[in-house]
Amino acid sequence: MTTFGALVRRDIALATRRGGDAALTLVFFVVAVAVFPFGVGPDPDLLARIAAGIIWVTALLASMTSLERLYRGDLEDGSLEIMALSTQPVEFQVAAKCLAHWLTSGLPVVVLSPLMAMLLNLDVAAWWILVVSLAIGTPILCLVGSIGAALVLGARKSGALIGLIVLPLQVPVMIFGIGAVEAVLRGSPVLPPLLIEAALLIAGTPLALWASAVALRMAIE
Amino acid sequence: MTPSFHRLANPARFQKFARRALPWSWAVAVLAIGSGFVWGLALSPADYQQGDTVRVMYVHVPAAWMAMACYGLMALLSAFFLVWKHQLAGIAALAAAPVGACFTAIALITGSLWGKPTWGTWWVWDARLTSVLVLFFLYLGYLALAGAFDDRSRGLRAASLLALVGIINLPIIKFSVDWWNTLHQPASILRAGGPSIHASMLWPLMITALGFAAFLVAILLVRIRSELALWRTEALMRRHTRGAP
Repeated sequence: MTTFGALVRRDIALATRRGGDAALTLVFFVVAVAVFPFGVGPDPDLLARIAAGIIWVTALLASMTSLERLYRGDLEDGSLEIMALSTQPVEFQVAAKCLAHWLTSGLPVVVLSPLMAMLLNLDVAAWWILVVSLAIGTPILCLVGSIGAALVLGARKSGALIGLIVLPLQVPVMIFGIGAVEAVLRGSPVLPPLLIEAALLIAGTPLALWASAVALRMAIE
Repeated sequence: MTPSFHRLANPARFQKFARRALPWSWAVAVLAIGSGFVWGLALSPADYQQGDTVRVMYVHVPAAWMAMACYGLMALLSAFFLVWKHQLAGIAALAAAPVGACFTAIALITGSLWGKPTWGTWWVWDARLTSVLVLFFLYLGYLALAGAFDDRSRGLRAASLLALVGIINLPIIKFSVDWWNTLHQPASILRAGGPSIHASMLWPLMITALGFAAFLVAILLVRIRSELALWRTEALMRRHTRGAP
């Protein structure tokens, strides 16, 4: 377990210190949300109706911005090979890296989302559901994104490629995440979409860890 | 899985099989698509509600079936490639991807043309349309990933894994967009209690679908053979530039 902790601490340090990768993702999220009212107009009712969608889509795009760096640095400086040679399975390393990635890119988005909800005039009753749906959903974004980041290692044009690979796979989690918030606004039961989202997280975690590990092994072969 | 499949993994044996199967599949494709189109587009009755517009069905429905079948085939071949390292299976999956993407595009375009007169709009974000659109994106992602590496076989391996991830995800996407929105008509052929479509339309549809399937087989055989030739050419060129005997 100490290996796991060490890896998580290392990745958090890499993301938060010099370079400001984590801060950049967060700033992107805030700025991108703030751009929407300029696009669709300042009408508070319209913004309130589409607020959950805007925040979710922006969280999705923000998670894309840092994915490329999830494994690339480790591949370039050779630490990926050292990790693959260690006694722990690669899946274990992937889990540590995904956790660190979520703590530095997903969690800040979750924490800031009520502020964005306020800016977009979302009904206060839905704020908490938005936070919960993002708290369940952003780890899935990280995990599925990790598959994409591992698959494109060594590719010629990885940035846009990750988006093309990962975005279609993220559709379900987004539907249920936004569905929960919409359910509050409509007054229908909130639990079903949230539970399905949680089920996606539980079922998706081992699959994503396995697929990422297979892709990483391909990359260092 | 079956011994016969493993035998086909040998490129020489596959070439022999392809040479023998190719004329037959072309013949079936031409005959079935030809007669199916004549029957469906000219002889079969017009729909009592949709009029002649319903004839789009004879292109749209088989294309949509082939689009889905092609992805299933691609994922199956990718699994064979990743598990048993049969190079030919991976190459076959790569050959199937653009064909599947084309069938998906045909299904989307004809569906849009059909939607305008019947639903009054080119496009709606209905569950079926959306999941076929996502299927199209999955094909594009596979093709982009396969082509993104300098080393072809590295790209093929990454894309094969993506095809597998995609096939696990596909039912979830389907389920989630069903939950999200539904306007497309429910399944009317494969359902309990027999098809709800009249025999005068079902027969030409089935014959056209058979023709599309035969066409799919034929074009796959041609594409696999050309991909094999390409990989072989590159291997020979590599050997040549290295100056080995």
